[in-house]
Amino acid sequence: MGTIQRLGQWAIGTSERLGRGYLFLMAILAGIPGSLFRFSLVIQQIYSVGVLSVLLILISGLFVGMVLGLQGYNTLVDFGAEESLGVMVSLSLVRELGPVVSALLFAGRAGSALTAEIGLMKSTEQLSGMEMMAVDPIRRVITPRFLAGFISLPFLAAIFSAVGILGGYLVGYGLLGVDDGAFWTQMQTKTDWYDDILNGVIKSIVFGFVVTWIALFEGHDAIPTSEGVGRATTRTVVHSAFAILGLDFVLTALMFGDV
Amino acid sequence: MRQKKSTEVTVGLFVLLGMGALFFLAMKVSNLSAFNDEQGYRVTAEFENIGGLKARSPVTLAGVRIGRVERIELDPETYNANVVLNLYASFDTLPTDTAASIYTAGLLGEQYVGLEAGAEEEFLKDGDVIELTQPALVLEQVIGQFLFSKAEGDE
Repeated sequence: MGTIQRLGQWAIGTSERLGRGYLFLMAILAGIPGSLFRFSLVIQQIYSVGVLSVLLILISGLFVGMVLGLQGYNTLVDFGAEESLGVMVSLSLVRELGPVVSALLFAGRAGSALTAEIGLMKSTEQLSGMEMMAVDPIRRVITPRFLAGFISLPFLAAIFSAVGILGGYLVGYGLLGVDDGAFWTQMQTKTDWYDDILNGVIKSIVFGFVVTWIALFEGHDAIPTSEGVGRATTRTVVHSAFAILGLDFVLTALMFGDV
Repeated sequence: MRQKKSTEVTVGLFVLLGMGALFFLAMKVSNLSAFNDEQGYRVTAEFENIGGLKARSPVTLAGVRIGRVERIELDPETYNANVVLNLYASFDTLPTDTAASIYTAGLLGEQYVGLEAGAEEEFLKDGDVIELTQPALVLEQVIGQFLFSKAEGDE
């Protein structure tokens, strides 16, 4: 009996949270037009969410590209096809690794910070204080952060892919001696602007939307104690990772499934 | 106010960096740069079979890249493939009896058009047609021919 009760409790709790998350998202979306008139708030948030993540993205992108170059070369050289290294590096970065890895890093770097910030605002009753002063905390605090995350991630993913390709080129051309021209020309013939690069950008837009939504909701919905905020931060990272990887499969199946 | 200005400047730089990365992906990584190709001249070559040749495949002379395949069309009358080659303007001294063949780079590599210069005094101009062509080697056909001649030889 106890087990069934716990199962029911869990089911009701989960549905309630999903419903709250949905209502929260609607409130955010309703606040977007107002935020566009006070864009300086959004810029402030792009700084803390996007600009401060650039260094992390640059370094990890470079290393991911370099590793792809090394590993790809070892596989391709067996078939005498090491000229295709450029294609391999560019397609895997632009289609998959760029959007996914930068979204995962973004969830860890910026998402967790957003949750902690909002959760702490809630636990120190800053959000209720704003409401007391007739300032809508959703419009003043949440929506600018949402827009900032939504805008930043596609740029971060593009930077990641570009730096990764340069890293692959550094290793391929500088270290392993793959032909310079073949690297770029094969890459250019096989990578398509619409099918590959724009689809990657669409992926990163979707991830940016979902990750910031999860992060802000977890913060807003956190139990206002130090333990609750800590848990919410953990949940942000875990749930974002699930959402990113699951959505990535769905998007990939939609975009490249029928090729 | 000072603080705010520097924030705005760095955000501006961030957006520029992101746009630059997208621009790099568009121009250097993808085939979008095909739309603003360098000015060259076009010659057409008619092939019986082009194998796996694609638009943007390289065109080489003595192994040096001198242009790219601009487009491939099927001739509805002769059932041959018309391959339009876009050659760099600096290589404008190709004799009119230049021969074009389709080769494969390595066993599994991409296919390209290899030109061999002839001996005529006149040079190819924009819109000219290369008469001497050799179709792509299709591996199945070669194996089929080999087996056929082998079987004939045994009898």
